[in-house]
Amino acid sequence: MADNKDIDEATGTDTTGHDWDGIKELNNPLPRWWLWCFYGTIVWGVAYTIAYPAWPLVNSATAGLLGYSTRAEVAEQIAEVEAQNAEVAAVLASADLSTLSPDDPAHRYGVAGGASVFLANCSQCHGAGAAGVQAGGYPNLLDDAWLWGGSLEDIEYTVRHGIRNDTDPDARWSEMPVFGDILSDEEIGQTVEYVLALSGQDHDAALAEQGLVLFEEQCTACHGDAGEGIRDLGAPTLNDAIWLYGGDRETITETITYSRFGVMPAWGPRLDEDEIKAVTLYLHQLGGGE
Amino acid sequence: MWDYVKLILLGLVALLAAIAADWGHDLAYKLHAALIFVIALGMFIWQVRQIGETRAVVDDTGYMDGVIRAGVIATGFWGVVGFLAGVFIAFQLAFPGLNFDWGQPFTNFGRLRPLHTSAVIFAFGGNALIMSSFYIVQRTCGARLWGGNLSWFVFWGYQLFIVMAATGYLLGATQSKEYAEPEWYVDIWLTLVWVAFLAVYLGTIFKRQEKHIYVANWFLLSFIITVAMLHIVNNLSIPVSLLGSKSVQVFSGVQDAMTQWWYGHNAVGFFLTAGFLGMMYYFVPKQAERPVYSYKLSIIHFWALIFLYIWAGPHHLHYTALPDWAATLGMVFSIILWMPSWGGMINGLMTLQGAWDKLRTDPIIRMMVISLAFYGMSTFEGPMMSIRAVNSLSHYTDWTIGHVHSGALGWNGMITFGALYFLTPRLWGRKQMYSMSAIDWHFWLATIGIVLYASSMWVTGIMEGLMWREVDAQGFLVNSFADTVSAKFPMYVVRGLGGVLYLAGGIIMVWNMWMTIRGGKPVTVAPPMPANVQAA
Repeated sequence: MADNKDIDEATGTDTTGHDWDGIKELNNPLPRWWLWCFYGTIVWGVAYTIAYPAWPLVNSATAGLLGYSTRAEVAEQIAEVEAQNAEVAAVLASADLSTLSPDDPAHRYGVAGGASVFLANCSQCHGAGAAGVQAGGYPNLLDDAWLWGGSLEDIEYTVRHGIRNDTDPDARWSEMPVFGDILSDEEIGQTVEYVLALSGQDHDAALAEQGLVLFEEQCTACHGDAGEGIRDLGAPTLNDAIWLYGGDRETITETITYSRFGVMPAWGPRLDEDEIKAVTLYLHQLGGGE
Repeated sequence: MWDYVKLILLGLVALLAAIAADWGHDLAYKLHAALIFVIALGMFIWQVRQIGETRAVVDDTGYMDGVIRAGVIATGFWGVVGFLAGVFIAFQLAFPGLNFDWGQPFTNFGRLRPLHTSAVIFAFGGNALIMSSFYIVQRTCGARLWGGNLSWFVFWGYQLFIVMAATGYLLGATQSKEYAEPEWYVDIWLTLVWVAFLAVYLGTIFKRQEKHIYVANWFLLSFIITVAMLHIVNNLSIPVSLLGSKSVQVFSGVQDAMTQWWYGHNAVGFFLTAGFLGMMYYFVPKQAERPVYSYKLSIIHFWALIFLYIWAGPHHLHYTALPDWAATLGMVFSIILWMPSWGGMINGLMTLQGAWDKLRTDPIIRMMVISLAFYGMSTFEGPMMSIRAVNSLSHYTDWTIGHVHSGALGWNGMITFGALYFLTPRLWGRKQMYSMSAIDWHFWLATIGIVLYASSMWVTGIMEGLMWREVDAQGFLVNSFADTVSAKFPMYVVRGLGGVLYLAGGIIMVWNMWMTIRGGKPVTVAPPMPANVQAA
């Protein structure tokens, strides 16, 4: 078989003489361009492994002629940016925010850097636009309503120590009782109607009247006589249209029955001093700063 | 005697499975034990009823095609299931509300995503590979499948593996290793099935009537052997309890990561590349009725591919805890792999030399050609993305998803469709497929679907890569992660629509296969076999 050349008619090429289930093979050479590209990649590959860390040895690996390392590369990039900002960052880190002029380069740097700190660390809960997420009880940071205070000093404290976390002993702390254990369902219903009345929503006037008594007994100590809220306790204002978890009848009932316990981590150990100041400046100038 | 041994064994399995179903620690384990109990009990009863019956004499001359027919049907079925799961999770990403509350936690994205990947790779692709291996090895060796009913064990055993893997994911049993999610007992079962597969395949090659082994068989054999090795090493784990699904990996930390991506990359290399090249080397020359372009090229690119692929895994771990030297080697081997990969494309496309006119008249050839085109494209894209600098942009973005799908939908999907259209009329003795224009529809729906899918993922992948690294003049990040997610929304919808088109093509194919199998009278009764084999 191998002696008699089997020529393929369509191309005039001879075949290898094999035949499997009617499949034959042409005896074409390797395409030249293919072969040269293959050789090229091999030559390049060898050269690359000489230039870069590549070959494993017994206890280490070849470092490569260029001395490249991914860690060194990123460290270099970070160092470059830090060197560029070193001066202004140092000013910000040691600045007293309440006296720092908005025209100071450190202030402008802080607002720009704070936006970035916020996007990387805070936006997961408070939203990329800082508008909060009511379904999760994450407050809106754009408005004038502040649970724990909206001055530069207050914001900085909250960022540094967080809220109701068990890692920072100086965290802001308060706890609403679970009124489901204290009041009957009927009494909770009456209180809810009074809270609805406080915030000017549709309510049952008769029930709200009974709810007033309960509100004075149970709620005013933290939320104030008129439901105006008390910042030292992080107790929200109830006589406005702004709600942390939602102001409809169902949600208020849920809040009173089961209570709420929103937690914010302490960022002091995680952020640099200038980053804490920066994000404080950023939040303060968003619209609600005091 | 053998019947009684079988009865005792089946009875034992049923008993142990019943105990395991009762004592199991978690839902997935209990369900799987119950499933095995039902199967073993059913086989036990069937076996009891068989005792004393006279057996019909099985004709064991000629090719063994029953198991291949079953494989063709399974491939079509799992294909549609896998595409449907893919379309659904694509829309879950675009519209998170589709993670319905009533279906939690079983139908959330996190559990359906491995269901999709395993359904398309292992159920659709795996069945396609097994059934075409069985077909090709018989035809090109001129020998009947070795091992009698062992090939049926491979088929049904593999289906059981698929069902256990898929239900396990939904019930939360997972090793959390990508493409190797099934838990320890499912892995052990697959190992048994795979060894049987290797035995059938090797046994058939050993008793071949042809002097030489055809190139398709080199690729298919390398696929079977390497997948066995990858599967065993990457799934080395210790069960927490023999009565529960949870297990703990033997490797940890960066060694576990490296083992996983050595496995993960070579699952692509030997399952989706070498295995499907084996299919290509048979079905393309058969459908084109032309000789393979170059024997030399097939030898060189086979050995180069086999040698180089196994080292390329570390490019999945650039800029991680993996040492730089390992990442460099992974990248270098990936780039040297470019030409050996293209060797298969050249050999496939050039096989059409002298038959290019068939592209106009034969939609099946058209499918195979576009499959090779996508193969060439994604085997260029892969080495490019393995370059460290490119990878720093592309890694973790949708570009990777686009790359995988241009390979999976384009190369693996299209060559499998071509093989199914080739095999269905032949295996059921029909002259041709029921509807040739339906194949045309399938071709265009699938092609447009892939283009929508791949291009939307390129756009959104590069966009999110650029957004992640965007910094202002002072070096501060400009975007939050959520910003990149919301920016991707329109592209996610386009991707979902591409998936719908691809799924529609798949449904048309299954309908066409159904009509071919059901309709008309067989043209030939028995599958033809070369005279020298029948004499043997």
